[in-house]
Amino acid sequence: MKLTGAEIVCETLTALGTKHVFGYPGGAILPIYDALGKSKLHHILVRHEQGATHMADGYARASGGVGVAMATSGPGATNMVTGIATAMLDSSPVVCITGQVSSKLLGSDAFQEVDITGITMPITKHNVVVTRAEDVARTLREAFVIASSGRPGPVLVDITKDAQQATCDYNFDAAAPKLPQKRKRVNYEKADFDRAVELLNTAKRPLILAGHGIMVSGAMKVFDQFVHSANIPVAMTLLGIGAFPANDPMNLGMMGMHGEAWVNHAIQEADLLIAVGMRFDDRVTGDLKTYARDARKIHIEIDRSEINKNVKVDSALVGDAREVLEALLPHIKHKEHADWLAHIRELRGDSAVRDIQGLPDNGHLYAAHVINDLWKETNGEAIVVTDVGQHQMWEAQYYHHNSPRTLVTSGGLGTMGFATPAAIGAKFAKPDADVWVVVGDGGFQMTMCELATIVQEKIKVNIAIINNGFLGMVRQWQEFFYDKRYVATPMIAPDFAALANAFGIRGERITARGDVVPTIRAARESKESFLIDFRVEQEDSVYPMVPAGGALHEMIRRPDSPLVETAAQEL
Amino acid sequence: MQTLVAYVENKPGVLNRVSSLARRLAINIDSLTVGPTDNQEIARMTIVAHTDERGAHRLEASLEKQVDVLLAENVSERPLLERDLAMIKVTADQTSRPHLMELIKVFRARVIDVAPQSLILEVSGTVDKIDGLLEVLRPFGVLEMVRSGRIAMTRGGDLLQPPAFPSTEGTKTAA
Repeated sequence: MKLTGAEIVCETLTALGTKHVFGYPGGAILPIYDALGKSKLHHILVRHEQGATHMADGYARASGGVGVAMATSGPGATNMVTGIATAMLDSSPVVCITGQVSSKLLGSDAFQEVDITGITMPITKHNVVVTRAEDVARTLREAFVIASSGRPGPVLVDITKDAQQATCDYNFDAAAPKLPQKRKRVNYEKADFDRAVELLNTAKRPLILAGHGIMVSGAMKVFDQFVHSANIPVAMTLLGIGAFPANDPMNLGMMGMHGEAWVNHAIQEADLLIAVGMRFDDRVTGDLKTYARDARKIHIEIDRSEINKNVKVDSALVGDAREVLEALLPHIKHKEHADWLAHIRELRGDSAVRDIQGLPDNGHLYAAHVINDLWKETNGEAIVVTDVGQHQMWEAQYYHHNSPRTLVTSGGLGTMGFATPAAIGAKFAKPDADVWVVVGDGGFQMTMCELATIVQEKIKVNIAIINNGFLGMVRQWQEFFYDKRYVATPMIAPDFAALANAFGIRGERITARGDVVPTIRAARESKESFLIDFRVEQEDSVYPMVPAGGALHEMIRRPDSPLVETAAQEL
Repeated sequence: MQTLVAYVENKPGVLNRVSSLARRLAINIDSLTVGPTDNQEIARMTIVAHTDERGAHRLEASLEKQVDVLLAENVSERPLLERDLAMIKVTADQTSRPHLMELIKVFRARVIDVAPQSLILEVSGTVDKIDGLLEVLRPFGVLEMVRSGRIAMTRGGDLLQPPAFPSTEGTKTAA
């Protein structure tokens, strides 16, 4: 069958199982758009190409499949850069297709020409320029394999206009991936495995650090068995949230900079850490010199370059989390760890009494209350999509996720503006899910143009803006470390409810705690998208907090908060 | 100093990918040589980097993550043969020439060009040997010098070879 390169793009994507493409047209990709119109693919017209990449990313994270974004050459491609880097840092399988000027014009500074493969080299898992129609199908198939295998990541395929327009024979089966054959390495020696088993069966104070890799490898079931066979408590990374149910008594909650005190203390006091599919990011470890000094470490990780990168480990088990856990499981002996578990319970009790949730309504609207109410009202079953900053940390602390892929958040890159478009992608991946954007007033303003995409696509997404009139997390750092010099963090915003109305979305502004639950209910009952502007306490901070580069056990605890103290006095 | 051997796809842009990785890891490359292998689609690199063992491990593992890199191995701790090739243009007049010729013999260098006032010498060997020759040549006046950068191979039966791979024509990796 003779097809143009552009038609082959659509045929190949369809054959690969793609149903949705998030994109924005332009000159150098017009042939593909013309072919899209005749294809079965559903194209979602975004309002900015950054949005397209975040949507594809959100789609990938919510579904576990590959998300596809599309843009034209030049500015269309460069607008994708932030979204590509976001997907890279969080190992998200996204395939970006960009149009490129004709091959004979490459390197001539032609109109809207940019070296996008050069630009994205360090932020993609792989990228390729395609200059012949004959290579389109095979390259796209390879892109899907690369994006979704091993440690997933974004792949960019840059297709010149002449390759889109040229005609050639198309046969999906004949265009099988031909990836370079790499040397196979032995993942781990038997000695490493035996050492891990011995450490696991002899530890007195063991702790599991559960990361995103559990979800990526689909290891949830065996992980659960592993935890309960070994009877070892679990601390979660931000991206690991959902991989292990929050309501399991062995789940301690999130670790790291804004992890609960008992979690970080447990890490610092442990004699064995079992890290599964996580990479000892600096937001998780704090100061490396003082990090878990008494603990031996087992690292189960698919990416060999992560081994001994930040934390030196005693046993490295390179491989897919599910396969490694399945191999370990038969060797695990059940231990009571009674003293250790009792000690953690004690630490936990101490924190619980300081928690802001313990405070009755005192007239102030706290973000933590809003998120906790949202959790209760949605039965913890919503897909929550967050940006980066205070609201993100409050979400991680107060929305308790029991299912995988129900928290979609920008962790590694910490991208403001991620939430709204990523939620659109998540909604297309899970059309029946209750999708909530939880976003700050700053981040929302970065990509709020995508409200128009929501309306045009007639999808139902609920948006909770945690509006404190500040770039809250930066303000918090200024409060703690810059003597409250609030430079460039106070921020005015439009009337978000009125803005939503202007886009054709219902909007409400909430200032009192009593109105939180009824409005969340109204939003859930509404058939159309619904935006709630929660005007929360302006100078509230996220606690506990380990200052950047500080020791993990030396955190700023909740009682230090003047807000909570004031609130307590007012009771 | 650490020495790595890598086999890569012989395509435009792969060198950029390799050097860009070293830059991202803040590792300074002392020398990088690349040349064809028996398989036209595979090139072999020798990378000598200013870093410690840990840095070399990161470079090795990060390189091997790249789709276009078929094999990357830190060979610094293995029995290794390393060679460097240099061409040296040195001042040589009637009086100094006989003296120079003796040194050339000692270092097993070769004269590959003769001009009235200068010679070009070719010498290969370890870095130390070439550094040594350069040191004794300096008093005569070294006018110009070029070195190939190091190539390395592990000794004996310690083989570094990637599996063969099918041809991939037409698709170009980023330049």
